Amino acid sequence: MSEPTTPPKKMNLNREEMPKQPAVVRRGNFMEVALGYPLETARREASRCIQCKKPLCVAGCPVEIDIPGFIRHIASGDLPQAARVLKSKNCLPAICGRVCPQEEQCEARCVLEKKGAAVAIGRLERFIADWEAAQGTMEMPLIPKSTGKRVAVIGSGPAGITVAGDLIKLGHAVTIYEALHEPGGVLTYGIPEFRLPKAIVKREVDYVRALGVDLVLNFVVGLTRTLDQILDEYDAAFVGTGAGLPWFMDIPGENLNGVYSANEYLTRMNLMRGFLYPRSDTPIKKQTRVAVVGGGNVAMDCARTALRLGAAEVRIVYRRSRQELPARLEEIENAEEEGVIFEYLTLPIRYNGDDDGWILNMEALRMELGEPDASGRRRPVKVEGSEFLLPVDAAVCAIGNSPNPLIPRTSAGFEIGKGGNIVADPATGKTAKDRVWAGGDIVTGAATVILAMGAGRVAARAMHEYLTGEKV
Amino acid sequence: MFAIVESQPLVPNLYRMVVEAPPVAAQVKPGQFVIVQAVEFGERIPLSVADWDAEAGTLTLIFMEVGKTTSALAAKKRGDALPTVVGPLGNPTVIEPFGSVVCVAGCYGIGSILPVARALKAAGNRVTVAIEGRSAYLLYGREALRGHCDTLIEITRDGSRGFKGHIGRLPEILREKGVTADRFIVNGCTFLMRRASQVFEPAGVPVIVSLNPIMIDGTGMCGVCRLTYDGKMKFACVDGPDFDGRLVDWEEFLKRRKQYVDEELIPVHHTGHTRCY
Ligand SMILES: Cc1cc2nc3c(=O)[nH]c(=O)nc-3n(C[C@H](O)[C@H](O)[C@H](O)COP(=O)(O)OP(=O)(O)OC[C@H]3O[C@@H](n4cnc5c(N)ncnc54)[C@H](O)[C@@H]3O)c2cc1C
Ligand SMILES: Cc1cc2nc3c(=O)[nH]c(=O)nc-3n(C[C@H](O)[C@H](O)[C@H](O)COP(=O)(O)OP(=O)(O)OC[C@H]3O[C@@H](n4cnc5c(N)ncnc54)[C@H](O)[C@@H]3O)c2cc1C
Ligand code: FES
Repeated sequence: MSEPTTPPKKMNLNREEMPKQPAVVRRGNFMEVALGYPLETARREASRCIQCKKPLCVAGCPVEIDIPGFIRHIASGDLPQAARVLKSKNCLPAICGRVCPQEEQCEARCVLEKKGAAVAIGRLERFIADWEAAQGTMEMPLIPKSTGKRVAVIGSGPAGITVAGDLIKLGHAVTIYEALHEPGGVLTYGIPEFRLPKAIVKREVDYVRALGVDLVLNFVVGLTRTLDQILDEYDAAFVGTGAGLPWFMDIPGENLNGVYSANEYLTRMNLMRGFLYPRSDTPIKKQTRVAVVGGGNVAMDCARTALRLGAAEVRIVYRRSRQELPARLEEIENAEEEGVIFEYLTLPIRYNGDDDGWILNMEALRMELGEPDASGRRRPVKVEGSEFLLPVDAAVCAIGNSPNPLIPRTSAGFEIGKGGNIVADPATGKTAKDRVWAGGDIVTGAATVILAMGAGRVAARAMHEYLTGEKV
Repeated sequence: MFAIVESQPLVPNLYRMVVEAPPVAAQVKPGQFVIVQAVEFGERIPLSVADWDAEAGTLTLIFMEVGKTTSALAAKKRGDALPTVVGPLGNPTVIEPFGSVVCVAGCYGIGSILPVARALKAAGNRVTVAIEGRSAYLLYGREALRGHCDTLIEITRDGSRGFKGHIGRLPEILREKGVTADRFIVNGCTFLMRRASQVFEPAGVPVIVSLNPIMIDGTGMCGVCRLTYDGKMKFACVDGPDFDGRLVDWEEFLKRRKQYVDEELIPVHHTGHTRCY
């Protein structure tokens, strides 16, 4: 990587704040927290970009969006062109603008970041995506003549949606098979409404359907039909089934009532619309003292959901310290503002319950940070004799998910990695199984939306080459 | 949408529904279940597949009206449709030439035991089916079952048909009939399955039960269906639903099933709709 352009003398270091619902208000509703830049703010923020000749931000983006390019068009007010530039690389900008960990990716590389005022790339991305949607007319690409090839996409998360969108634009017939009754994957059942409104996910899914993608819901590949049966009818298949299998900690009391996996907690709320109960059908408990174990985005989402359900005290219980929290910085700050209590350096060792099988408290230990481990993070070590009881009426286990084994278990020919993931060539997404590609969390283990989307892009390109012998 | 082809009450509180779901009907095996929604955005509830017709592409479901979703299902008519019927979920019941198999069923299990008995018989087993209920008017499906077993035993608590008593009497009845079991398979309500696991324990052979915990996705994603089995955590939807009842932590299982009783009463209050069961 060569030297970045030297920043000009006069840099504008006033990063525009994101308008948000006030913390006291938003912790009582399920509406989106961040409200989005108004046009003038967006143009002001865009004009802060110094248009580096060799932009480092682009290298920080997993899908290499032409960031200075789309930002320049915002600054000059040519919003349709900004949208075109953005969408040529990212087919889900309204989603990525909201949920990408920009502070570790593009914004981390921004030259202005050295002065602590990186251009708010994510917010501008969101601005353009929302602006385009508000125009009411999405630009529809021209679909070329049919190639006569048929592709099955398993899973409708960001990886699957991306592959489907890319392949149909190349003239292939595409069917998506989805196990649940709604499409979107984690975007629908996991990430809450207040962070990613479901209408936005629906918009993206409607878009690929409008392009002609056939979406079959309520269809579990491996059970309703095996992948091999599907391959009899299609020329190629893409597996994007995500990492949906919840981990528990294997400590006593985890089967008590009131102990949830994050997936259950969030699925009840989001997919099943538990927050509307009894207007909706799937019940959710109103609990008052909730502990969420873990420190990632999933944990933040559970904690902030619990607050919105009316809990008086919500704690994040995390075994390392604030610096190591893997969640997006913005969500950590939002959680802090909303009043989530952080119990750092704390490890649950047992849940105790009452005679009816309901949780009464969490037994936990304090930790201290020792030598760095393989990941470079300081390893937490137990402090002897530091056990204490935390009274709670709900505990949510948000310590991670692993890939669902259903497809590799019911169809032979995959190579399976240590974590139960499907092994795929990072350059093409090709798996060891004939005519099958894979990408997203099923390959990487739980990761990010943009990486899933990027993997979908890569696979679509390779699949097209396989199907037609032509490069994209 | 999944079209309803037939829908009728079977006996008080129990309903039979035939629904179109061709891919499921083509793939399902005895002991598997589906997850259905009665209405869009409705709760997802698991129901065992009581029979199917692969050619017609239909499934038969037999369910007891116990709460909001099953009431909504009971109100459905031929020509209506369900937004979700997904499956077949879970592992099929293991069918092998075991020798002599005693199938025990009550409640909705009288429906779901039929394909199990049929497959066991076809695999060369000697099949005894025992069905039980409070009274004769609650037993159904006898004619169909008779065609797929060697011996049909009926037990009613009031003695209005067959033997008088409850499941606890079955070992004695079997002895009288000279039936020894190499395996028990029990379908029905949780209490029946737990009781049967205790009652047949002394026989020293597997007591296979088809567990019915609360579920959401049915694919291993949420973990609400977990139980302690032989000291380890299992997910009923992907590791089961069949388990050896002798190794199930029943106390925990029963408590977990009751998690939402308070909330489940709310819709009943809202609609003023109540039923005895
Ligand atoms: C609560 C939560 C918050 C998160 N927050 C962020 C965030 O802020 N930023 C970020 O970048 N990432 C976040 N992530 C991670 C991100 O959502 C995932 O990395 C991403 O969704 C993975 O996409 P995917 O397409 O690989 O799989 P998924 O989104 O998991 O989609 C897989 C789909 O496949 C379906 N499926 C599975 N098995 C089958 C089968 N056998 N047959 C048919 N369909 C099947 C599933 O039902 C699902 O719909 C979060 C994750 C969670 C759980
Ligand atoms: C694998 C399996 C197969 C089953 N097969 C049948 C069947 O063939 N026929 C039949 O009548 N019943 C069957 N059940 C039980 C059936 O799913 C419940 O009776 C039904 O969910 C009740 O829903 P409701 O809304 O009408 O009642 P609610 O008022 O919501 O609940 C009544 C009781 O049913 C149980 N229950 C509630 N929600 C669920 C849920 N989502 N999943 C499972 N149990 C729940 C709880 O114990 C609850 O207290 C089966 C369950 C499982 C797990
Ligand atoms: S029902 Fe969700 S994991 Fe079994």
